[in-house]
Amino acid sequence: MNPFTRFSIDHPWLVVLLTTLLVVAAALGAQKLVFKADYRVFFGETNPQLEAFEKMQRVYAKSDNIAFVLAPKNGDVFTEANLRAIQELTREAWQVPYSSRVDSVTNFQHTTAEEDDLLVRDLVPEDEPLASGQLAKIRQIAIHEPLLKKRIVSEDGSVTVVNVTLQLPGKDPVHEVPEVVKKVRAIRDAFVQAHPDITVYLSGMAMMNNTFAESSQKDSRTLIPLMFAMVAISIAILLRTFTGTLGTVAVIAYAIAATMGLAGWAGFYLTGPSSTTPIMVLTLSVADCVHILSTMFHEMRHGKAKREALISSMTINMQPIFLTSVTTAIGFLSLNFSDSPPFRDLGNMVATGVMLAFVLSVTFFPALLMALPLRVAAHDEKKRRNDPMLKLADWVIASRNWLLPVMTALIVGLSVLAPSNQLNDDFVKYFDQRVPFRQATDFMQQHLTGMTRIDISVDSGQSSGINDPDFLRKVEALSQWLRQQPETDHVDTITDTLKRLNKNMHGDDPAWYKLPDNQELAAQYLLLYEMSLPYGLDLNNQLNVDKSSTRIVATFKNLTSREIIDLENRIHQWKAEHAPDLKLEVASPSIMFAHIGQRNIVSMLEGTFTALVLISFILGFALRSMKMGLVSLLPNLAPAGMGFGIWALWEGEIGLGLSVVAGMTLGIVVDDTIHFMSKYLHARRDLGKPTLEAVRYAFVSVGRALAITTAVLATGFMVLAQSSFKVNADMGLMTAITIVIALIVDFFFLPPLLMRVDKNQGEQ
Amino acid sequence: MNKRMLWIALLSLLPLLVQAETAEEKGLAIAKEAKARDTGWKDMQASMKMVLKNAQGEESVRTLRIKALEVEGDGDKGLTIFDQPRDVKGTALLSFSHPVGDDEQWLYLPALKRVKRISSRNKSGPFMGSEFAYEDLTSFEVPKYRYKYLRDEPCGEDTCFVVEQVPTDKNSGYTRRIVWIDQSHYRLHKVEFYDRKNSLLKTLTFSNYQQYLGKFWRAHRMEMVNHQNGKSTVLEWSDIRFDTGLSDKDFNKNSLKRAR
Repeated sequence: MNPFTRFSIDHPWLVVLLTTLLVVAAALGAQKLVFKADYRVFFGETNPQLEAFEKMQRVYAKSDNIAFVLAPKNGDVFTEANLRAIQELTREAWQVPYSSRVDSVTNFQHTTAEEDDLLVRDLVPEDEPLASGQLAKIRQIAIHEPLLKKRIVSEDGSVTVVNVTLQLPGKDPVHEVPEVVKKVRAIRDAFVQAHPDITVYLSGMAMMNNTFAESSQKDSRTLIPLMFAMVAISIAILLRTFTGTLGTVAVIAYAIAATMGLAGWAGFYLTGPSSTTPIMVLTLSVADCVHILSTMFHEMRHGKAKREALISSMTINMQPIFLTSVTTAIGFLSLNFSDSPPFRDLGNMVATGVMLAFVLSVTFFPALLMALPLRVAAHDEKKRRNDPMLKLADWVIASRNWLLPVMTALIVGLSVLAPSNQLNDDFVKYFDQRVPFRQATDFMQQHLTGMTRIDISVDSGQSSGINDPDFLRKVEALSQWLRQQPETDHVDTITDTLKRLNKNMHGDDPAWYKLPDNQELAAQYLLLYEMSLPYGLDLNNQLNVDKSSTRIVATFKNLTSREIIDLENRIHQWKAEHAPDLKLEVASPSIMFAHIGQRNIVSMLEGTFTALVLISFILGFALRSMKMGLVSLLPNLAPAGMGFGIWALWEGEIGLGLSVVAGMTLGIVVDDTIHFMSKYLHARRDLGKPTLEAVRYAFVSVGRALAITTAVLATGFMVLAQSSFKVNADMGLMTAITIVIALIVDFFFLPPLLMRVDKNQGEQ
Repeated sequence: MNKRMLWIALLSLLPLLVQAETAEEKGLAIAKEAKARDTGWKDMQASMKMVLKNAQGEESVRTLRIKALEVEGDGDKGLTIFDQPRDVKGTALLSFSHPVGDDEQWLYLPALKRVKRISSRNKSGPFMGSEFAYEDLTSFEVPKYRYKYLRDEPCGEDTCFVVEQVPTDKNSGYTRRIVWIDQSHYRLHKVEFYDRKNSLLKTLTFSNYQQYLGKFWRAHRMEMVNHQNGKSTVLEWSDIRFDTGLSDKDFNKNSLKRAR
């Protein structure tokens, strides 16, 4: 036994005190741990889609937004009372921190020709009363205006949006978004109170960012205590010990506190995925204590005194606990290959937590068990003879001849289905229907437009080139083509403005609703128009400073990643066919998310492979056999393959959260294999038992412990699966599935396999 | 509360009132002095180059010529002729600014060969896509703001009055401006613009001052930095000439069409 464990058993109170002090010192760092409410955290700095998007934002303007979605209960936006209310909200919305622009139906800059002049004014004038005929006119203009239709006003005129564009400085992402949302909610509350006949929903990118933080914080408040309670209750029932339960809970709590604290000291941010660290550490560190306790109780029932039983348990368990902790940590460290920083953080934090839990389990835990009174419940000897594990072992041995082919078929059959999963990262569906952001966004998609957005920057390649009629015709053709796509809800393009201005300049004659046919005319219209626009409603978000390029913003129904990538390809194809000389750049958060799953899976394949090689080395070393190391590969790899196969049959869509599961679970499922195979080899080598007997021995000695730890692990990850944040929920569910499959494989596939490959040496 | 207590309470407020009045009066006095020192220049012509820059580092240049006429008892008259970009060459803007009420503006579009009146309520939008709003470029008139002197502050080798100015026009894009005016010549050194939610939007700094006619100071470089979108615009003035013989007849719709 190592000197630290020995010291802990000899000086329990000192160790408990010292550990507590160290843990408190580490845990103090947790107050530095703050949540970064920004979807951009999912993308590494060199992510090409992020780079393209950031560049576009630097050229034009940032496009984070808040959408106040307004649904008057009378079903008509265009009553005087409702329009005045919208006007009031539009004015109030300017008070949102970092707002740079507010677009609504009331402040839409409507242009008309009056005699020889161009009149540019709010569609709903502020100070004048609305004459009765005017309401109908405003309605007509609004629901036909291409800039408003389906973006600001629904086609039936029943729902409208007040859209606030934000320029978040990004210097303090932890506080900027919550500050915005706090003000937005205050405005909403005051508005709803003053206008109870208008329903208000809040959507937009800033709301989504905030929801990342809020849903994770809600998870932390509800899921972590739930998990603690479940662990405490299951240990108390299974092992019937108060001190043991208390000790286990203390080890877990210390491990979590120290992990989160160290992450804080190290300057980590919390994000959706990494905020699941406490639940994961909690789940993964239970096993260490369960193994120590069950061996110790076994020894005590066989007459050993508490101290001797503890020493014996620590000696027996040290190596397996260490090995399983290291393999688990390696599995999580493989997340460092991920393209998405939050998963790298998650991997590093959980790996730290697992190793801390190991250290605590072999120092603090024995000390605590020594320091506190401990009794063992009397054991029912009859139970032993009726051990279900023994029955299971006998059944597996008897059925080995058909189990092996059947299980093999099952493994292969399910694994080949794995690639048929469709990649999809839809950031709206990251949140389930319980989440207000999701409700608001679904409502908005139903009446106006979805959150899928693609920005296209079209570069003419020359200064003032956007006024060139030839260029404008191409931009118009692209805009029209976009409008014809079945997924399209809205296209915002400068050519609509120019066509309208041309009409205005010709006495509002509809025949002139077309692009000006010479460059000077287009340039001078725009100059005149720009000079007539008020603060915040300018064209700078559509034109670059040199007027050499313009941005088209297209919004679509909510699409899957595959559909977005398909759309992106179609845009490039259109360009190749119709305007090969145009320089097009396509970027947006939707496109970033559409590619992240794919990128992450590719990067994680590498990570998982590296982890597999490392873990196989450790296994070969631990099992002291190259052949057995190779045999163990099958039960270690099969669960992930089968898990994804089942997922393909059941859900069929995988995203960011699932892309890391294979690497993550590898380190966990390997634990079962280590325990089972080391007991089997112990029986073969040290006890000289034949193959069948060795299988029986392995079942009886670790079968129950494996079943218990699998139950605890599966429960823990199922708790995580209850998260309202889909990335975490899917990750939890898939991990739980994989872990349960791993146990099935270890019970029904591994033993028949061992009996087959080990035959010639064992069968006597 | 009895009467005596009320009197005491009111009297105790008096010093606060006096102080508040002083700050506002002082602010107003500074504005009047600045205006007074810049009165009597009659007319002016100059060339201006605008350099626009965005956060990505892209640049764009516009060049224009400016003619201005001082009007006694009213705002100035201005004529701006655009030379670059080429596609707006010959476009000219005529503006009559007024201390109170909306300015009047007309734009001549050579491609249409027409003069169009601009609804000048909207003077808070960007001027030619730059970070300058039209309202940042019109002549300074005392009644356009309410004033409050804040403090003295060193600026360069000089000392500046720091004064808060609140626009009186409700169509202004700003809640307030804070200006730095040096005490030796009453020249602007810096202006901070606060947007509708009262957060810092832009900072304008003046440099390369030169004196004309032994009296009038003109900054040859004005740099506007937008803190919210990372864009900036530099105005470089050159060829400033005073007393060039311009008169009222150079500033009407007909002269607008002739301007080039």
